[in-house]
Amino acid sequence: MTTNDVLIKVDNLHKSFGKVEVLKGIDAEIRKGDVIVVVGASGSGKSTFLRCLNKLEEPTGGKIFFEGTDITDPHININLHRRKMGMVFQQFNLFPHMTVLKNMTLGPIKLLKKSKAEAEKEAINLLERVGLSDRANAYPNQLSGGQKQRVAIVRALCMNPDVLLFDEPTSALDPEMVGEVLDVMKQLAKDGMTMVVVTHEMGFAREVATKVVFIDEGKIVEQSAPDKFFNSPENPRLKDFLSKVL
Amino acid sequence: MNDFFQGIADSFTKTFITDDRWLQILKGLGVTLEITFFALLIGIAIGFLVAIIRSTHDMNLANRKCSVFSDYILKILNTICNLYITVIRGTPVVIQLMIMYYLVFVTSREAVVAAVISFGINSGAYVAEIVRSGIMSIDKGQFEASRSLGFNYSSTMIYTIIPQAFKNVLPALGNEFIVLLKETSVAGYVALQDLTYVGNLIRSRTYEAFFPLVTVAVVYLVIVLIISFFLKKLERRLRNSDH
Repeated sequence: MTTNDVLIKVDNLHKSFGKVEVLKGIDAEIRKGDVIVVVGASGSGKSTFLRCLNKLEEPTGGKIFFEGTDITDPHININLHRRKMGMVFQQFNLFPHMTVLKNMTLGPIKLLKKSKAEAEKEAINLLERVGLSDRANAYPNQLSGGQKQRVAIVRALCMNPDVLLFDEPTSALDPEMVGEVLDVMKQLAKDGMTMVVVTHEMGFAREVATKVVFIDEGKIVEQSAPDKFFNSPENPRLKDFLSKVL
Repeated sequence: MNDFFQGIADSFTKTFITDDRWLQILKGLGVTLEITFFALLIGIAIGFLVAIIRSTHDMNLANRKCSVFSDYILKILNTICNLYITVIRGTPVVIQLMIMYYLVFVTSREAVVAAVISFGINSGAYVAEIVRSGIMSIDKGQFEASRSLGFNYSSTMIYTIIPQAFKNVLPALGNEFIVLLKETSVAGYVALQDLTYVGNLIRSRTYEAFFPLVTVAVVYLVIVLIISFFLKKLERRLRNSDH
């Protein structure tokens, strides 16, 4: 039912918190190698949409297919699918009681049953790629915000995911640290990683996205390639939004 | 003046030397430590179990209706835990101890076992609330980060939540440990010859109040100081990740 290169297919997704309907029927397709940037005003439901993709929020209606499996089906084991969907949070959410290296190797050792040596070797390699190999034995509280977020990204990468979900990865950072995190994300995109990014960084969207999605009041009202999205938006709400943020 | 010192020497001798009473005090201390130690183990086991059940219930079922069978089990377990905490915290430990000894252990009359179990059950209720507050104090993001890596609920608890919660509640747990040690002083109610009981026994035999009672008080104090010392050490070791 899904073609091979469709990684995630979202079908009429609804999500309500109590009586408040946040997502009002979202359809989307994410293909391998896509970098989807989701933008929208705060409270529009963009974060909720992202968090539904790995079921951190339980959808109240609709279906989500990940690699052909309907993950909204209560009988599937969501933990197995989450291993292949890395997530990066606004607040980093590193485990403060573990060193950087342990943060990164916990999943591979306990879940993927890798040996400690193998997991640590891979972790060190990844740390080198983001320029943090000298911080392997530091605790998260000893790192700057930008360093924490880079560690959070490579922690997700350690699980060898098929897609990475970013929930406002630079919103909690001091302005001078935003660049270093975006650089890592750009490199990932260049390497062909499939990414879904909720962000306010319009520059990143313009430069890296394969598709930009505008969510307004729980619905996708416009989605297109960044060039068209920023230069000739059609929807009046999007025009209004862009005039405020650009 | 000489009489005064003679009097002190006499009461000292009566309290400690005659009939090897120092040995009785030592044995009493042994009983107190034995009860405290095993009650502590039971209390921590019950406490963590109840805390995990209660916080699992609070986190999972707060916003949704029971949908599956396991939800109902969780609800029932949570009700039992609530009842347990209410009853244990709402009644004096002496009464619980006497109920255990005179009603539950009525045939065997194993005083030490009865005391260990009832102090353990009593302590468990307090430990449960301490640990639960620790679990609830952990940021929700820790939970989500662990789940998003693919860890299931129990692995998330074991690797991520409990270690952090334990560190946060260690001072409160240490306090509970000290309270427990001192609470065992009512063990004499079920004819256990613990430290307090022995002190009181010597007082009634010798008609000397000062040495027996002050000795007992000092022994408790020293034990509490030793416990506090090790707790502080442990706290400092666990704190090595906060810089």
